[in-house]
Amino acid sequence: MNKEIVNVIGVGMKYQSPNGEINAVEDVSFSVERGEFVSLVGPSGCGKSTLLSIISGLIKPTGGKVFIGDEEVVKTSHKVGYMLQKDYLFDWRTIYQNVILGLEIRKQLTPEKKAYVMDLLKTYGLYDFKDKYPRQLSGGMRQRAALIRTLATSPEILLLDEAFSALDYQTRLAVTEDIYSIIKSENKTAIMVTHDISESISMSDRVIVLSKRPARVNSIHDIKFDCPVRTPLKCREAPNFREYFNTIWKELDVHVEG
Amino acid sequence: MSKDEKNLSPERKAYLKKVRFLNTATWIVRVLILVMFFTVWEIAANLKLIDSFVTSQPSRMVRTLVNLYNNGDLFRHIFLTCIETVAGFIIGTILGTLVAVILWWSKFASRVLEPYLVVLNSLPKVALGPIFIIWIGAGPASIIAMALAISLIVTILEVLNAFLQTDEDKIKLVETFGANRLQVFTKVVFPSNIPAMINALKVNVGLSWVGVITGEFLVSRAGLGYLIVYGGQVFQLDLVMTSVIILALAAALMYQGVVWLQKRLTGEQIS
Ligand SMILES: Nc1ncnc2c1ncn2[C@@H]1O[C@H](COP(=O)(O)OP(=O)(O)OP(=O)(O)O)[C@@H](O)[C@H]1O
Ligand SMILES: [Mg+2]
Repeated sequence: MNKEIVNVIGVGMKYQSPNGEINAVEDVSFSVERGEFVSLVGPSGCGKSTLLSIISGLIKPTGGKVFIGDEEVVKTSHKVGYMLQKDYLFDWRTIYQNVILGLEIRKQLTPEKKAYVMDLLKTYGLYDFKDKYPRQLSGGMRQRAALIRTLATSPEILLLDEAFSALDYQTRLAVTEDIYSIIKSENKTAIMVTHDISESISMSDRVIVLSKRPARVNSIHDIKFDCPVRTPLKCREAPNFREYFNTIWKELDVHVEG
Repeated sequence: MSKDEKNLSPERKAYLKKVRFLNTATWIVRVLILVMFFTVWEIAANLKLIDSFVTSQPSRMVRTLVNLYNNGDLFRHIFLTCIETVAGFIIGTILGTLVAVILWWSKFASRVLEPYLVVLNSLPKVALGPIFIIWIGAGPASIIAMALAISLIVTILEVLNAFLQTDEDKIKLVETFGANRLQVFTKVVFPSNIPAMINALKVNVGLSWVGVITGEFLVSRAGLGYLIVYGGQVFQLDLVMTSVIILALAAALMYQGVVWLQKRLTGEQIS
């Protein structure tokens, strides 16, 4: 069995609009192994979201190919779950109705799936809130509900696009911890986009640094900590965290324009 | 509520008392204004300070009302006008929303039709009155057509605009689950725009009244608009004023109906 579950091969994206062409992604190649947690970091506007949308099959690249397992991505796949920047829970639906949205759209609302959703809600402490409306929940709980909505469709691969950036710093640390442990205990493969270097180091097995637009792979860093139990917060205290941070920071080559 | 009242702090109690006082005061002053207005009108007419032949006067309006009632005419006119308005309102809302859905669905259609909508929107619809009368005949159908002419384009534009402003990321979210265009519409675009559509309804009620009264002015067979025009032609201001006041009451009632509907539809989500 092939260990690589996602293969991005020479992907490029040129957006067309009446005002001209935007070269957002150019010749990006990398692969992700089953169960791996990979982060993409890069300057803002470099084409990270575009790359994730291509991997998910939401948009077609203008060059290159993406494979999930042995299949080429041509449209959105059941194997992929996508988490967006905000939770986008619909305020006209209860939490339960929100988390089954994906199943509803895919017409997979079977009793087994419903039971699975109930299990997820119980395991991750939202069961008592299932009949509440999103506005009655805290930011962290909403983010968890959004993750359960994604998990409900049983994807093998999770794509997270700045999934925590709408939260304040304290909540963000807690939610990162939370979501990380959920992803690990559910044995999912994850690709996360962020421009928070610390966040990417603390969660990932590998960090892929992208260049300024058009996005290209600048460098790839294997992240290894020798803590007994790996959690994002523990990693932040590890001695080599700083080193990774400094290396990636330099790679990113961020300039503050003056 | 009353159970908790005992545990309230004195500041809270004082505040609630103030709020209640303000509410009562508002109502009292409102009623006073109305009573004063009619009293002054009546007295001024009795003292011949104003010419009640051109201004009418409350006591004469009451007499007119009683006469209309005794003839059996009163409810016939009110009923007809209300039915026409409700019909115009419902048809306008449904048809307008349907067209908006089609235009949302097909970007090409909405691009093609945009200039036509703009021209139709700016056209004073009263100008179409004679055409409707010739085509449909001088009856309630023409009047409903008039109401439609006035409310339809506005409804289409308003609802379409709301549809088009649906949060792109919410649409992206359902697309990540593989939603097709119909699902995008039923799961996101429609439910997220219910408040906007109810606001369009509110505007629509008003426009339907305008259309119906305009239509009745033109066709002049029956209804409150007919009473007003007829009263004006025979210089019977009592009839005109009475009809205007009935009209104001009916329109206000129907508007409150929509407000009630709004509370029911959106309130269900909150509680
Ligand atoms: N649908 C589109 N049509 C045209 N241009 C687009 C489109 N989507 C994105 N772009 C452009 O492509 C570039 C990359 O956008 P993208 O959203 O992928 O960047 P990003 O790295 O995710 O940015 P951010 O850090 O702000 O999230 C930007 O310059 C953006 O303006
Ligand atoms: Mg982005």
